[in-house]
Amino acid sequence: MTFYRGKEGQWSWFFHRLTGVGVLLFLLAHILDTMLVAFGPAVYDRVISIYAHPLFRTSEAGLFAAVLYHALNGVRIILIDFWPGAARHHKTIFYAMMALFVLCMVPVSYLMLRHIWI
Amino acid sequence: MSEPSTSYGSRPAPTGSAFELFAWLFMRLSGVLLLVLALGHLVIMHLINNVGNINYEFVAGRWSGELGMFWRGYDWLMLMLAMVHGVNGLRTILEDYLRPGKRRTLALSALYIIGIAFLAVGSVVIFAFKRVV
Repeated sequence: MTFYRGKEGQWSWFFHRLTGVGVLLFLLAHILDTMLVAFGPAVYDRVISIYAHPLFRTSEAGLFAAVLYHALNGVRIILIDFWPGAARHHKTIFYAMMALFVLCMVPVSYLMLRHIWI
Repeated sequence: MSEPSTSYGSRPAPTGSAFELFAWLFMRLSGVLLLVLALGHLVIMHLINNVGNINYEFVAGRWSGELGMFWRGYDWLMLMLAMVHGVNGLRTILEDYLRPGKRRTLALSALYIIGIAFLAVGSVVIFAFKRVV
């Protein structure tokens, strides 16, 4: 991994790749677990119940965060690509997107993680 | 081979290759569609429902009945776009880190084979599903 500046643009790029690869790996696993519906309820329910384990619930909140970050930073990239002048404000757009990210993740984390206790 | 990234973490539209320009456009278009489809999927499965009440009955009910074909279509469109978007994204990363040669060819071939195989399996699972109970 080469970090030549380490400013906002570099970090947004690094996390875009990290979350992208992470979500792709989850997609492969998710295709395999969904494939089990073809084997009937006994097999599917047994395996899918693993997702309710606290460790998995925490990872699922992480998955939500990864997809949300990738989506918001993707919008930022599209703005820079198609809106002349947006590149000059790329840091502002980045911080706006990250504010939106935190704003979404607060209720999402609560709604997803509360099932660990109730 | 794609253009290098800019300092603001973007990538300019490629010139000189119609395929690369198409791939660049596809990433943006599929990205917007996936923003709706994948985030919608997460909201439905993890906020409206949760993994504690998702089981065979849930999936079978969703893929059958009046809206069965709608949800199968939704799931397949999301699967197909996510797989092509993901494989093309990883292709960009691999081409950044592997010089042209045997190792790159091997890595890209493995990526395409795995991508096509998983997309095929997923498509069959979605459209061939028949509820057993």
